[in-house]
Amino acid sequence: MSRRNYLVRKFALALVTILVVVTINFVLFRVLPGDPVRAVIGRNVRISPETQQALREQFGLDQPVFPNQFLSTLGQWARGNLGISWSLRQPVSEILLSKLGNTLMLIGLGQVLSIVLGVALGLLAGWKRKTAVDVGALTFSLIAWAIPTFWLGIILLAAGSTWLGLPTGGILSPQNVGRPLYTVLPDLAKHLILPTLTLTILYLGEYMLIMRSSILEVLSEDYILTAKAKGMSHWQVLRRHALKNAMLPIVTLIALNLGFTVSGAIYIETVFSYDGLGKLFQSALVKHDYPLLQGAFLLLAVSVIIANMLADLIYSYLDPRVKAV
Amino acid sequence: MKRNLVEFWRVFRGNGMGILGAILVASILVVAILGPAMTPYEPSQIVRDADGRALIFAPPSVHPPLGTDDASRDVFTQLVHGARISLAVGFLAGFIAMFIGSLFGILAGYFGGWVDTLLMRATDVLLVIPDLPLMLILVATLRQMDLHVSPLAVLTLVIGLLYWTSTARLIRSQVLTIKERQFVARARAIGAGHWHIIRKHILPQIMPLIVANTVLILSTAILVESGLAFLGLGDPTQPSWGTMLNFAFDRNAVSNGAWWFYLPPGLAIVWVTLGCVLLGNVLEEILNPRLAMHHLEGEQHMVARREESRAEGKGCADHDSG
Repeated sequence: MSRRNYLVRKFALALVTILVVVTINFVLFRVLPGDPVRAVIGRNVRISPETQQALREQFGLDQPVFPNQFLSTLGQWARGNLGISWSLRQPVSEILLSKLGNTLMLIGLGQVLSIVLGVALGLLAGWKRKTAVDVGALTFSLIAWAIPTFWLGIILLAAGSTWLGLPTGGILSPQNVGRPLYTVLPDLAKHLILPTLTLTILYLGEYMLIMRSSILEVLSEDYILTAKAKGMSHWQVLRRHALKNAMLPIVTLIALNLGFTVSGAIYIETVFSYDGLGKLFQSALVKHDYPLLQGAFLLLAVSVIIANMLADLIYSYLDPRVKAV
Repeated sequence: MKRNLVEFWRVFRGNGMGILGAILVASILVVAILGPAMTPYEPSQIVRDADGRALIFAPPSVHPPLGTDDASRDVFTQLVHGARISLAVGFLAGFIAMFIGSLFGILAGYFGGWVDTLLMRATDVLLVIPDLPLMLILVATLRQMDLHVSPLAVLTLVIGLLYWTSTARLIRSQVLTIKERQFVARARAIGAGHWHIIRKHILPQIMPLIVANTVLILSTAILVESGLAFLGLGDPTQPSWGTMLNFAFDRNAVSNGAWWFYLPPGLAIVWVTLGCVLLGNVLEEILNPRLAMHHLEGEQHMVARREESRAEGKGCADHDSG
């Protein structure tokens, strides 16, 4: 299969997956008991019959469910009209956008830290195979896998707030809320330490494991032997020849991990009352705020799918051998 | 068959990790089975001191061994009752996932063609959709629909119906190699039907793999259940470990310093998931025929990890010397 075919296939997969997500979202939205108009604007809001009719027409509720309603709802979603949150009485898309930055900041920090540390430690563990470093790394990743994310968060929260005096939640101290972020950086950093640490510990193990097995595989290649035979030192071989090739699987893992990262954000933001998409999702769940829940799901799922596709494209660009995987 | 079991035990006995995993899992099973017999209290019973005052957030002592929660209930009692709920949901969900995964894996691997394509594309799609948000909206909407089933049943079904993909892929690849073997071709030549071949020739070959994989799936199912319950999707009237942690967190056990309320349920979850992972990994190493091939390659160890054996096989183990 040619590379173009590979790209087309990945693109088609992303498209189909988005379609599945949208369909799930639509069906779940419709099987809920009650008037769909109420589902869009909320149960307790008083609206005039004219407005109701207008909404009915906007969402095409006077037409058959499939294909007309399905397609028009799809159109609304594509234009960013995700309905109005029941609990917050604001358009869902506006709420989502206002929380997106905070979540990206947390996820970004956690991912960068865990990738850097994971790659370094994985490299070390693979290089010094069957030593204490290696056994330690493997044990750590095993235990990190078995610990529930939210519980690790609770423990770090308890330990950090009791012994280190770190804040127990939120993004900023109350007196700093509303000021521009760059003027209150130390306070922001203090609030970010514990959630970021939780995320990092959580993902570190997996990056370490993949990097370890990847470097082991690369080190067994003939060109490594050649490089050594030419008289290069171990460190030179690692840096010039092994590292680049061993890094390839990490790219795929970052993409595959994105879904996992979203789960992590939901748990960690809940534990640390961190004002992002994850916390929003959890509170929408508790408050039975369905428009918000559906909107958040759509945003999270579609971004993960697109990011996955992009990672596949990047991967095929980085590794020309990828064709028919 | 009996010889196989003896041989299996001989290998397994020598594997410390596997023994440790088995002990972890078995001990928690004993706790779940004994359950109520291990404690004088009911889960919802209010524990009082000698003067009849309810003990709120009482620290561990002899009387309530793990202290009490905000509503004066005994934490240890909740913990042993929770073991039943957590394990029941985890095991049931795990078995559902294993059943669907094996069925799809066998069908896809054995029949190939469009069945295979369809199932593999379905796993591709499921793999990319972020699982936690999907489960959350599924459980939330199913609950709202007045289906007259218990919340735990909904939880079990949703977990079971979403975690079969990795099993399906694993079983499929195994079936693909088995169906090309001589004995299958011979069975077909003498006129055996598909059903007969699958039941008599394929299934016995992949059964060990299914067992090993099931143990691994169990750990995932128990972890996922605890997470969903923590986010408030458990059944408050039948609290699992995750639901206990949800209570503990919502009722400020952390700011009250009530570590005996939030540490034990989490440790219990780690205990059983770690046990399952250790046990499952070792079972897979011993039982997976593809890994066992390395016995013939002059390995020092009975069982070699895949990546290591590859590295050694190419004779470059010397990269860490000198």
